[in-house]
Amino acid sequence: MSVAAIETEQLKKIFGDNTAVKSLTLQVAQGEVFGFLGPNGAGKTTSIKMLLGLVVPTSGKASLLGAPIGDRATLARIGFLPEHFRFQDWLTAGEFLGFHGELLGLEGQALKTRRDELLERVGLAPFRNKQLRTFSKGMLQRIGLAQALLNHPALVFLDEPTSGLDPVGRRLVRDVIHELRNEGTCVFLNSHLLSEIEVTCDRVAFIRHGEVVRDLSLASMDGNQSVVTISASGLTAAMISEMRRWGRDIQANGEKLTLTIHNEASIPEITRYLVAQGANVFAITPSRLSLEEIFIETVGKDGGL
Amino acid sequence: MKKIWILARMTFREAIRRRIVLTGLVLGILFLVVYSVGFRMIFTEISSETALDGTAFARVAQNEMSNFLLLAGLYAVAFLAVAMGALLSADTLAGEIGSGTIQTIVTKPLRRSDVVLGKWLAFAGLLALYLLLMSGGTVLSVFFQSGYLPPNLLSSLSLIYLEALLVMTFSLACSSAIPALATGGMVFGLYGLAFIGGWIEQIGAIFHNQTAVQVGIATSLLFPTEAIWRRATFEMQSPFGAVLQMTPFVTLSVPNLLMIAYAVLYLLVALAIATKIFKNRDM
Repeated sequence: MSVAAIETEQLKKIFGDNTAVKSLTLQVAQGEVFGFLGPNGAGKTTSIKMLLGLVVPTSGKASLLGAPIGDRATLARIGFLPEHFRFQDWLTAGEFLGFHGELLGLEGQALKTRRDELLERVGLAPFRNKQLRTFSKGMLQRIGLAQALLNHPALVFLDEPTSGLDPVGRRLVRDVIHELRNEGTCVFLNSHLLSEIEVTCDRVAFIRHGEVVRDLSLASMDGNQSVVTISASGLTAAMISEMRRWGRDIQANGEKLTLTIHNEASIPEITRYLVAQGANVFAITPSRLSLEEIFIETVGKDGGL
Repeated sequence: MKKIWILARMTFREAIRRRIVLTGLVLGILFLVVYSVGFRMIFTEISSETALDGTAFARVAQNEMSNFLLLAGLYAVAFLAVAMGALLSADTLAGEIGSGTIQTIVTKPLRRSDVVLGKWLAFAGLLALYLLLMSGGTVLSVFFQSGYLPPNLLSSLSLIYLEALLVMTFSLACSSAIPALATGGMVFGLYGLAFIGGWIEQIGAIFHNQTAVQVGIATSLLFPTEAIWRRATFEMQSPFGAVLQMTPFVTLSVPNLLMIAYAVLYLLVALAIATKIFKNRDM
């Protein structure tokens, strides 16, 4: 059993009289792609900053890769793309990666090779001698991503990595995350783009007012779980209670019956059962429960304000 | 140690890329040209007025005038170096914290103090180059035109460098805690206070008013820039001028070496404070 990539216990941050993070307790395993979700102002960025030692927690404990936060040797194994990335814009793309690589302790040929490899990977090789001041927001995000991967990190924090990107750029980020997962890198992803999270993450935590309010494994919702709406007449109480065999959250309202089923494969079975029992079935409509619905259900329509 | 060097190099490169070095160089050369032309005109005038050309008296008069003009030039140079020191460092930490540039740097495996020391080292290097150009140019201009060299040149220039370093370091310490404009206001406010305090001390010394002298010393303790400058002029002053006591660059109440040691200590404490504040700050 290896140590957790991230472990926090009642992490708290108060700025003046504003509680940014109330009590964050979470665990992320090594190699996991973890989505950190929550409405604006829920304390996501402050949480990341505490983990990286940018902000000192008011109280609580946390460790990264088994070492307490702020440990310098551990920082050499961590990558970070900040949310409001602003870089040394007088540097060229190549110099920028060179500088950050040197700070990570890379040098000589190893640094050059890694730099060129990453410039190629994020599609900026033709712009290596251009100063960052001439870059678009999307290009800056790409170079920032490259910067976060220089040291082949064991753990990468990506704070809103796709906010400035066009669809091609988003695809690139998604592919990079997949590659990182295959290499066994733990990715801590903070994003508002739930569709992105849905396709990239193994697990998500919803946070609200700086507390984890829900922890959800996306593997368990792998697309099969859905809400089914059945329109039928002649439904009896016995038929309705029998629905428990296939699902939960059963609600009947006249000729309308809704339930959440565990597996879409059971829809034909449900149909056969109802017809055999003498109900007149007009329609059965499955609808997938999206992360967005779960998000709104979890944090509330007010976005936790 | 290595990380400090990497950060110092990067800061140096920033100064070059952002054309800070170029601006300093161009305006510095312009300053030297204007100064040299001005010196030439005044020196020619003095030489023709002293009819006893070639006599010992003429020589003394020329040297006195050269000394006065050289100190005037160096006074301007010292002020420019102080301004340069303040401007270089006023925004460096505050600006990078504000913009977020600092975030990918301090999350690398290094000490936060490395960032402060790296920047300090780069600025100290830039100031040394700037002073070398400006004071070297001023001294050489006077020397080639009149053959005059002031006494204790090396220790005097070191003192001017100390003055600029002190302001730069103080400004860096402020920058770790407050925004650039506030830092600028603070540094120049204190500089002005020390300046006027220095004059109160001087005039107090003429009238043997001990209280006035104490006021001057108090402002020097608050901000020792003027005291360092006056020590530098004391080192360079001509023996004749000291007797006559008639130019603004003759120092009557001389800051002693204890004051200079205090200034060095002041600088080190400011650097330690900068490091400490930066280390504990949320970014």
